[in-house]
Amino acid sequence: MADLTTNIGNLVMKNPVMTASGTFGYGEEFSDFIDISRIGGIIVKGTTIKHREGNPYPRMAETPSGMLNAVGLQNKGVDYFIDHIYPRIKDTDTNILVNVSGSTVEDYVATAEKVGELDKIPAIELNISCPNVKEGGMAFGTSCESAAKVVSAVRKAYKKTLIVKLSPNVTNIAEIAMAVEGAGADSVSLINTIMGMAIDAEKRKPLLSTITGGLSGACVKPIALRMVWQVSNAVKIPVVGLGGIMNATDAIEFLLAGASAVEIGTANFIDPTVTIKVIDGINAYLDKHGFKSVKDIIGQLETK
Amino acid sequence: MRKYLLDLTVSGNEKLSGNYILMKLTSEERLPDMLPGQFAEVRVDNSPSTFLRRPISIHFVDRDANELWFLIQLVGDGTRKLAELKKGDIVNVMVPLGNSFTMPSLEQQELLLVGGGVGIAPMLMLGAALRNLGYYPTFLIGARTKKDLLQLDAFENYGKVYMTTEDASCGEKGFVTNHSILTQKFDKIYTCGPTPMMKAVAAYAAKNNIDCEVSLENKMACGVGACLCCVTDTTEGHKCVCSDGPVFNIKDLKWQI
Repeated sequence: MADLTTNIGNLVMKNPVMTASGTFGYGEEFSDFIDISRIGGIIVKGTTIKHREGNPYPRMAETPSGMLNAVGLQNKGVDYFIDHIYPRIKDTDTNILVNVSGSTVEDYVATAEKVGELDKIPAIELNISCPNVKEGGMAFGTSCESAAKVVSAVRKAYKKTLIVKLSPNVTNIAEIAMAVEGAGADSVSLINTIMGMAIDAEKRKPLLSTITGGLSGACVKPIALRMVWQVSNAVKIPVVGLGGIMNATDAIEFLLAGASAVEIGTANFIDPTVTIKVIDGINAYLDKHGFKSVKDIIGQLETK
Repeated sequence: MRKYLLDLTVSGNEKLSGNYILMKLTSEERLPDMLPGQFAEVRVDNSPSTFLRRPISIHFVDRDANELWFLIQLVGDGTRKLAELKKGDIVNVMVPLGNSFTMPSLEQQELLLVGGGVGIAPMLMLGAALRNLGYYPTFLIGARTKKDLLQLDAFENYGKVYMTTEDASCGEKGFVTNHSILTQKFDKIYTCGPTPMMKAVAAYAAKNNIDCEVSLENKMACGVGACLCCVTDTTEGHKCVCSDGPVFNIKDLKWQI
């Protein structure tokens, strides 16, 4: 049994496997299938200052080796989370992280402040990369200036571990990552979904109510891996890698590319036990190759 | 209700008339408890264009044979792959998912179960459950043509069966809402089928002040209320068809009927 513990800033994780926001609900939805306390961290659904109904149906389209979604941050707002959901999940024996989203800098700050008061939430993931909302969201994550602005403001208001989730829908993700690092982020996670679309040729109509949506699943993995490698070479803060991880080998590839932890998203829909399989698979890999700790493989890609 | 992730064994996979299969799955263990209206998320292997699980209604649970039945319309690569499975093959299912039809209240005696096309699937298990409670439900089954009328013998075990076909090849001609049986008085209607049909049935129920439940089948990803992809608009906002549904009372839906 290798040592699977890893750190994201001050956040200590029993293993490097987390669940990606919006794909695992609040964890409870999966507790019939697995012991969710075995997971390194659960990042709950994107949370905003006020209740959001999200986008109209249809919000999802299956695509080759992946899917598009356009949920649009449906959630009941941070106060509902604090009053009704947090009490139910706070004693789960794992790290519970909240994905914080917003339309304005003030919204992000206000939500982060409220979440910051919750004892059992050791970190937030600041979502500056949601492609499915009209205002804010990805708009903050696609320029260095706006990304730095929102991260600086949240940094002042939030003292615990601050992870910033980056958008792949940019020309140079490493520059955004550096801007976010300079603004005080403890870590960056990447990638959020890639903007895409799907069309029903027979009906001559888009498959999503919003026309465009965010692409995830196995098909995005090579892009995500490339971006994690570029970003981990550009910043000193730890990187959390996600995008198309379907199994332990995929996760190990992200660790080798420089990620200190990974998130599993869309794969949860296909196999609700995938997180446990990935944790066990990483351990088996480390044992097989004689590594004592998962930290021994982080960023250990041999390029020569 | 506790959900399970099970590897079940194909005990039968019969091609029915039209473009449908009746798949029967079994296990060495007793199959979990399931309720009428619930569904399974079925993994489809070896189909490169099928990424997500397929939500499939529970058609029937044969407790004597320990079999779970799915009635499946072959619409794409995924369902065609399911049709190729042979006796002894393994199918991975998440089951049981979603809510269920509610049993009638004391004053609701005359029950009408309306199914259209492959939407008849959950009506068999519902009919069996109602018969088991002492009701004698009326089934009204609609299809395009005779070959799309499935499982009629099975339905006849549990109640009286009426049919409509659009081409008059069997039963009365037209849509279910044209059938003469609707001149009788019903206390509760359950329906599942194409959305236009369910809306027409809902409109009939609303007009005649009849309690009515519909089973929706929006496109889904997770099946457990985590991804919020399959929502429908209700009087309480967007709700997940997979976890708050698939069964909704029409008074809670914001259908324009």
